[in-house]
Amino acid sequence: MAEAIIPPRVLPLTAEHLGFRAGNVTVLSDVSLVIAPGSRNIVLGPNGAGKSVLMRLLHGLLTPTRGTLRWSSADGLAVRRAQAMVFQRPVMLRRSVRENVEFALQVAGHADVRRAAEAALDRVGLVQLADRAARLCSGGEQQRIALARAWALQPEVLFLDEPTASLDPAATRAIEETIAAIHAQGTTIVMTTHDLGQARRLADRVLFLHRGRLVEDTPAKVFFQLPHSLEASAFIRGELLW
Amino acid sequence: MVKRKIGRAWIRAMSMAIFAGAMTLPAMAEDKFIVVASTTSTQDSGLFGHILPLFKARTGIDVRVVAQGTGQALATAKKGDADVVFVHDKVAEAKFVEEGFGVDRREVMYNDFVIVGPKGDPAKVAGKNVMAALKKIEAGKAAFTSRGDKSGTHAAELRYWKQADIDPQSGKGAWYRETGSGMGPTLNTASAMNAYAFTDRGTWLSFKNRGELTVLVEGDTRLFNQYGVMLVNPARHPHVKKELGMQFIDWMTSAEGQAAIAAYKIEGQQLFFPNFRKG
Amino acid sequence: MQACRYTARMQEIPQSLALALGLLSSLDGTLLSIAGLSMRVSGVAVVAASLLALPFGAWLALARFPGRQGVIALLNGMMGLPPVVVGLLIYLLLSRAGPLGALGILFTPAAMMVAQAVLIFPIIAALARQVIEDAWGEYREQLVSFNATRSQCMRALLWDMRFTLSTAVLAGFGRAIAEVGAVMIVGGNIDGVTRVMTTAIALETSKGDLPLALALGMVLITMVVLINLAAQLIKSAAMKQHG
Repeated sequence: MAEAIIPPRVLPLTAEHLGFRAGNVTVLSDVSLVIAPGSRNIVLGPNGAGKSVLMRLLHGLLTPTRGTLRWSSADGLAVRRAQAMVFQRPVMLRRSVRENVEFALQVAGHADVRRAAEAALDRVGLVQLADRAARLCSGGEQQRIALARAWALQPEVLFLDEPTASLDPAATRAIEETIAAIHAQGTTIVMTTHDLGQARRLADRVLFLHRGRLVEDTPAKVFFQLPHSLEASAFIRGELLW
Repeated sequence: MVKRKIGRAWIRAMSMAIFAGAMTLPAMAEDKFIVVASTTSTQDSGLFGHILPLFKARTGIDVRVVAQGTGQALATAKKGDADVVFVHDKVAEAKFVEEGFGVDRREVMYNDFVIVGPKGDPAKVAGKNVMAALKKIEAGKAAFTSRGDKSGTHAAELRYWKQADIDPQSGKGAWYRETGSGMGPTLNTASAMNAYAFTDRGTWLSFKNRGELTVLVEGDTRLFNQYGVMLVNPARHPHVKKELGMQFIDWMTSAEGQAAIAAYKIEGQQLFFPNFRKG
Repeated sequence: MQACRYTARMQEIPQSLALALGLLSSLDGTLLSIAGLSMRVSGVAVVAASLLALPFGAWLALARFPGRQGVIALLNGMMGLPPVVVGLLIYLLLSRAGPLGALGILFTPAAMMVAQAVLIFPIIAALARQVIEDAWGEYREQLVSFNATRSQCMRALLWDMRFTLSTAVLAGFGRAIAEVGAVMIVGGNIDGVTRVMTTAIALETSKGDLPLALALGMVLITMVVLINLAAQLIKSAAMKQHG
């Protein structure tokens, strides 16, 4: 299959003054950012900072209680079809690995489901597991299946919510390599993590969240060498932020 | 594409289920059958098991007997859910014909009622006199189970109480127990309670759960129970199988049918006495 | 006196057991046809009911509309529909005097299948609704992320929860094959046509032949247990394979 760069149609995504309240708790407030095509954005921050909620707001799984989200295309269907998401805990359907990937393609109305699924599994190195029951695979394998599934959809932007949080280092490395490969093909990456090392390895740009606020939004090099904010500096030093 | 595949599979499965169900539908063309609404006492006596095969051999017609209480049987026929009615309540049957629901009523046979009770006979009713027996039961407030279900047997029982000038409802809840069920269950209750009960001989002879009950009052000519057969009025219900139904009625009142009825015995005893008289 | 009668009753149980074994081993013709009819009636009823109840339950699990909680409560309540009431309602529908009388299926196995399907629809639908709604909690975000339509979600969840749902279907089958009220009224317990295990048991009881009634009861219970056993074996084998 031709290794195509994906032309940006729905990006950039502009978020302005996003806020989210759940019950009486303000989880996010006044978050403004722009996701540019081709970038590797890491949303970094301690647990409870609001990273997962931000992911879900951007992907459309939650509706913001304040603020706006603007994609670059008015075509709602195209906007939805251009995104994919991988969650911290992979949701596997109770069928084979191959069928899991095929399901995503079928729902998207893909023309040649079988071949596309095969290709996706090949890229992730899971062809030998293709006919195994997905639920019987290990955590690392399941996450790779989830990635293959997302990748097969050829999304413009891929959201990932702490994809390696529950994986061992070997599995983590495999996931990170796959993410890099997906990015190389032209997919924009937006990923959350609380792992500093992972952010260092993967980021072009770091969005640092603390207590629901976007404290810093800078290119990766700048962030790690000369962070603007106190919270970011403390976090990089390895202190506990609360 | 997937949507259509699964949708089609669903339709196929549903059709198969309906087809399987439909396969049980009577093959209208080939199978000749009629539905006869009759009573549980007649069924429980085993008479149908004896005479219906003979009828089928003679005419090739399958008789499907739905056995309910007389009241329910007549209601079923009124609605047109049966082709023929075969019950034993002259008064109710006459009303049925009068109201235009039934035609061509013929008397077919009679059996008799008996009063059964505990071997010890605390109320001392044993004998040939049904009126005296009922009076003694009421006087002694002896436990008595009644069907209480508007059946032919129940209607007959109530007529005897009336003739004896007793209102059994006065003993309701005390010694007079209405079970609201068929003859068998009522006898089951009587057997368990060691009570008296009014039953037709046919059910009694094939009843296996007697406990300590035995026949105490029999032979009173007043205890004879007349059976009548009628065709459900085709003018009211055009779908009624008039032809086949009449074949059944004709056979039941023919020499062959009447002989078959007389030939049915339990423990050597004849249960039903054919009494069809022309005209 | 009382003690003697008690013993006489209890003797019926070993007597019935012997009778049951005798009937089974001799493959008594009448027994086989009655048992076969029970299986056929309840089998068709459960298949037809499931084909409607499973999608309905899945739809209700995912739908959101005002009054939804009321519908769920109603559906759950209908799990306890008395069979005899269902029988009566279907009888009034199918009677010649009723709206569907022209179908002419009263007092035939078809009517019994309809009545039992109506009876068990709420059981299967209510259980399916609960199962799918619970699963939706786990699958929702991923399925929404895929842009799956409501219908695609329903089908994916129904298939994914197939093992749990099979238990609901079996529950429906158990209820159907064990009930007597509905099939008695709409079937009429006609010898050789609409007599099933439960109505045969009722008949023998009313005739006072308790040992035979009990024996038939034992055969029925054995049948149901064997069916459930088979289903369980198939299920665990499949689960081991598919997780």
